[in-house]
Amino acid sequence: MSAKTNNDWLYEITPHKKLISLNLKEIWRYRDLLILFVKRDIVTVYKQTVLGPLWYFIQPLFTSVIFTLVFNNVAGVSTGGVPSFLFNLAGITAWNYFKACFTGTSNIFRGNAGIFGKVYFPRAIMPLSITISNLLKFGIQLLIFIGFYLYFVFLGHDVSPNAYLMLMPVYVVMMALMGLGMGMTISAVTTKYRDLTVLVGFATSLLMYISAVPFPLSKAVEQLPKYAWAFEYNPITQIIEGFRFMTLDYGTFTWGGFIYALVFSVSIFLIGLVIFNRTEKNFIDTV
Amino acid sequence: MTILKAENISKQYRLGLVGTGTLKHDVNRFWHRIRGKEDPYSKVGAVNDRSTQAKEEYVWALRDINFEVQQGEVLGIIGKNGAGKSTLLKILSRVTGPTTGSIKTKGRIASLLEVGTGFHPELTGRENIYLNGAILGMTKAEIAAKEDEIIDFSGCAMYIDTPVKRYSSGMRVRLGFAVAAFLEPDILVVDEVLAVGDAEFQKKAIDKMKAISTGEGRTVLFVSHNMASIQNLCTRVMLLNNGMVDIIGNTEDVINHYLHKYRNEEVSQDLASRKDRKGNGKLKFLDYWIETVDGKKVNAMQTGGHFNMIIKVNNVSDFSLNNVRISVGIDDDQARRITVLGNDLTNELIELSNRQIDLIKILIPKVPFQAGNYHFTLFASEGEDVLDWVMNAGSFEVEHGDFFNTGRTIQQNQGNILVHHEFH
Repeated sequence: MSAKTNNDWLYEITPHKKLISLNLKEIWRYRDLLILFVKRDIVTVYKQTVLGPLWYFIQPLFTSVIFTLVFNNVAGVSTGGVPSFLFNLAGITAWNYFKACFTGTSNIFRGNAGIFGKVYFPRAIMPLSITISNLLKFGIQLLIFIGFYLYFVFLGHDVSPNAYLMLMPVYVVMMALMGLGMGMTISAVTTKYRDLTVLVGFATSLLMYISAVPFPLSKAVEQLPKYAWAFEYNPITQIIEGFRFMTLDYGTFTWGGFIYALVFSVSIFLIGLVIFNRTEKNFIDTV
Repeated sequence: MTILKAENISKQYRLGLVGTGTLKHDVNRFWHRIRGKEDPYSKVGAVNDRSTQAKEEYVWALRDINFEVQQGEVLGIIGKNGAGKSTLLKILSRVTGPTTGSIKTKGRIASLLEVGTGFHPELTGRENIYLNGAILGMTKAEIAAKEDEIIDFSGCAMYIDTPVKRYSSGMRVRLGFAVAAFLEPDILVVDEVLAVGDAEFQKKAIDKMKAISTGEGRTVLFVSHNMASIQNLCTRVMLLNNGMVDIIGNTEDVINHYLHKYRNEEVSQDLASRKDRKGNGKLKFLDYWIETVDGKKVNAMQTGGHFNMIIKVNNVSDFSLNNVRISVGIDDDQARRITVLGNDLTNELIELSNRQIDLIKILIPKVPFQAGNYHFTLFASEGEDVLDWVMNAGSFEVEHGDFFNTGRTIQQNQGNILVHHEFH
């Protein structure tokens, strides 16, 4: 009798935890919360603004215009036969998704300490909701990109995607995994050691430059042969460059670089997940 | 059926600031772990006693807590501030993990440590009902089924489509509580401080809590400071002291134990050296005793006898206090206030010269208390200023005596105050 009743516990609260435990069943039970968080993230950002969701369009457009003016017109960086504006827009669209996932996740524990300190729900819901809401924003920005793409084609520019476009979903997943992995790691460490929060702010803007967002990778390798490794071994460069290559058929693509970026993003995600799991249990004591 | 079982729950906290020392300990701990050794800091740690300055870097907020909860039971958790109630609540709610031990459960636990968790100021009341409900573990369908009831209970129907940032703090609390009140988990963990808001809503909230915990066979773990609501709601009570289970048993026994133990602990301290006093400190209660009308010190009063209560006070200030009000609030052994003695009631003037110790004598002719133990609180003020205020400052015994001069007295459970009366 007692042996039987001892076995059907619904769950157990213990100090130790498996290295990776994604309780998918539990996450499924909380799916409504996930949807509501995504909705909250999307809807509340531009509440009480006049332009509302138009801001989703304005931000990447202006950045592309500035990049075009500074890098291509002033500094004279050549983007081959591809219109500079379209080149920049492609880089920024891809970069923004990674950056949004990364910065969003990197503040999960500290930013939500108020909720996490009072209620339990699967903590993985938070990074998931950030990834999904940013995926929607990425979709919007991709639409803008396609719009301008068609516009430039209509103007008679010779741009077209190539067969590697099939890899697009893989690239999107890689961006998300990389952003999540790095974000979760930083988020976990900053619960105890705040040093990294200071770093994240300026590190992301620096990272953008060594990820070859505003210029082609070939240009960077050619101009700075001594530091070419910093660009080439940066997995984010591989993603950005690959994204531009398949959409604009301009730039470099190697299967080696692709595999490298894929392995890197999966590993960083798994590392991030392990650290996140270790932290979520007791972070409230130190945050 | 046992629905929840806690085994050897302990929780260790590190004291002091997080700094470079923390990193050193973390590295040391990591080094031990990769060699498969035990955490080097799990052996150390002081008992969670807040009255003394900690000498060690680690403290056990909870130590080896064991208990079981049966289905449908309402278990009260009581204890002084710092006994570990909140930590236990947090572990049960899975907000933080235990350092050792495990809690096994057969039902879904929902915890209410705060109302309105996760309210987003930009969202409307209705949107926040869904968000908050989902955070507490309800599904969208469950919330939708209760939406009207929730809105009705909150009394915010008029503003339900207005962003919550425009709500008053009271409205926010009401809306938050309304969502929580319609939770239907197998096990509910509640902190009583939740019952906030204006008097009317407080009553509504407490009634709702009572309904939740008594009806429908729900299992509830209820943390409270208020002995009356514990007595009212709980079938069993667990008393925590310094992070350990002191006693667990039926409500009445545990509450009596709690009242006796802690109140006696307090009153056995030297009154002059008590630290838990309020007021500006111009005046200090030093000591008290009981004496007969001829000035002989005694250990106990006698029902119906004439006794003086002497209170020794020191005017510590450099000025004389010309119009001091002194009150003695008397509580019975269930910590219920039964009466107050005060010179503001008798309209007698008390003047105390500067830097001088005085004895204040209060004559109680014909002591009206039944035999038993009584505690009292001492309070002194001058105008609006509180001079000194010591809760549960002391106690006195009353022995059986002949109040009515007939040799008779009222029965034990018929109250503890005797009133002089005549039949004609």
